[in-house]
Amino acid sequence: MRGSRPGFRAFPRTAGLAGAGMMLGACSGTQSALDPAGREAGEVATLFWVMLVGAAVIWLAVIGTAVFASRWQGRPVSERAGLRLVLWGGAIVPTLVLAALLAYGLRLMPALRAGEPALTVEVTGEQYWWRVSYRGPDGAAIESGNELRLPAGHAAEILLTSADVIHSFWIPSLAGKLDMIPGRTNRLVLHPERIGTYRGVCAEFCGRSHTFMAFTVIVMEPAAFEAWLARQAAPAATAADEGAFLANGCGGCHSVRGTPATGTIGPDLTHLADRAMLGAGLFANTPENLRRFVAEAEEVKPGSRMPSFGMLPPQDLDAITAYLGSLR
Amino acid sequence: MLFRRATPNLWTLITPPTVWALHFLFCYVAGAIICARYPGALGELRLSIAAGTVLALGLILAAGAQAYRHWGFGSDLPPHNEPTEDDQQHFLGFATLLLCALSAVAVLFGAMPALFIAECVR
Ligand code: HEC
Ligand SMILES: [Cu+2]
Repeated sequence: MRGSRPGFRAFPRTAGLAGAGMMLGACSGTQSALDPAGREAGEVATLFWVMLVGAAVIWLAVIGTAVFASRWQGRPVSERAGLRLVLWGGAIVPTLVLAALLAYGLRLMPALRAGEPALTVEVTGEQYWWRVSYRGPDGAAIESGNELRLPAGHAAEILLTSADVIHSFWIPSLAGKLDMIPGRTNRLVLHPERIGTYRGVCAEFCGRSHTFMAFTVIVMEPAAFEAWLARQAAPAATAADEGAFLANGCGGCHSVRGTPATGTIGPDLTHLADRAMLGAGLFANTPENLRRFVAEAEEVKPGSRMPSFGMLPPQDLDAITAYLGSLR
Repeated sequence: MLFRRATPNLWTLITPPTVWALHFLFCYVAGAIICARYPGALGELRLSIAAGTVLALGLILAAGAQAYRHWGFGSDLPPHNEPTEDDQQHFLGFATLLLCALSAVAVLFGAMPALFIAECVR
């Protein structure tokens, strides 16, 4: 009996340490609303801390009163005093606190749309990926997918809609969430401040592969962003052979600008090799994962509209992988 | 009438929440119509919501004054649970008074967005 005790008692302590470690770890990183990298997320994080501290103060006051009443007071107060306590502590003070929080929250809302945007990006949610369309300096659309790049220190206007069901656009480190509704355009203005790579997610259950509907957000130096956008506007530059890609009908659903592939059902693949992730955040963009995605799309991403091409001869899959992997 | 009654009843009891409900409808319907038809008229929208709020608070105040009278001006503290005419009246009066406070807060909270709205969003 005695021998088992230390181990038993050590358990909660280790668990507590592990829990605290996990909580601290979760506070920073690419997808944390508590580690804001933009103005909107910063305001939401401040609101969170204000409410957390306020809740802690109220909790201490309530528990303190209960301890005081049961431990030290030791005799009932008069009926008048009791009623007065209920009136103030139970009605008037909570109403004032709620009114202040309501005013604070309402005041934050118009700011979420304010500012003269330097850049407009259209993002359309589709089961289960993100169609991303920039406007070049000449006003022409520049198509991309599953990745959003933004210049740091500039307001960016994001026009959100959906092609099928309701999705929700959320970049915890920057802003959101805001629903993407079929037939409607919602406008979100972002002010990214810190350069880095973040993760955005779909925050509204939208079908079987909802969990695999994420995107990469890259906040860049403004000059680097301009250079990137100019490269993105150019057609694909590759020496690899596009024969297998075109012969197997990929071009019916995908575009690779500068080739006969002009489909618009799936993501634009013109600069696929530039993206960090594949299949809307499903896999890191490596040759093995690319081959696997093309061969087993229906298995790795249930319900997606991308068919599996595992029946193709291996040399075709190799050629397609090499071709897509060269699209910079 | 609802406001100059010698005794309370269920109609005087539900007067304050009804005023809140009408005020709520008025704010949202006016906001929807103005934003859909005359998105530039935010100033007028704010003014009409302010006027509606003053009217609603006035009605709730009148209902509250009457409820205070029906309660016996606080001469007798709750619970009013004796099977007597007096206790029934005091109970209804006191319950109406509480509903008045709740409705007044709800009217103010319902009108607050009008202070902060900056534009009609498409
Ligand atoms: C029926 C239409 C269709 C055809 C045909 C099709 N795809 Fe797709 N593809 C899609 C859709 C839709 C997606 C988005 C899937 C998702 O993430 O939910 C996609 C996604 C992809 C992606 C991931 C893109 C990204 O941004 O991560 C690659 C790579 C890809 N397809 C390659 C191919 C290749 C290679 C072929 C031909 C062998 C092909 N596709 C044929 C519809 C199609
Ligand atoms: Cu979704």
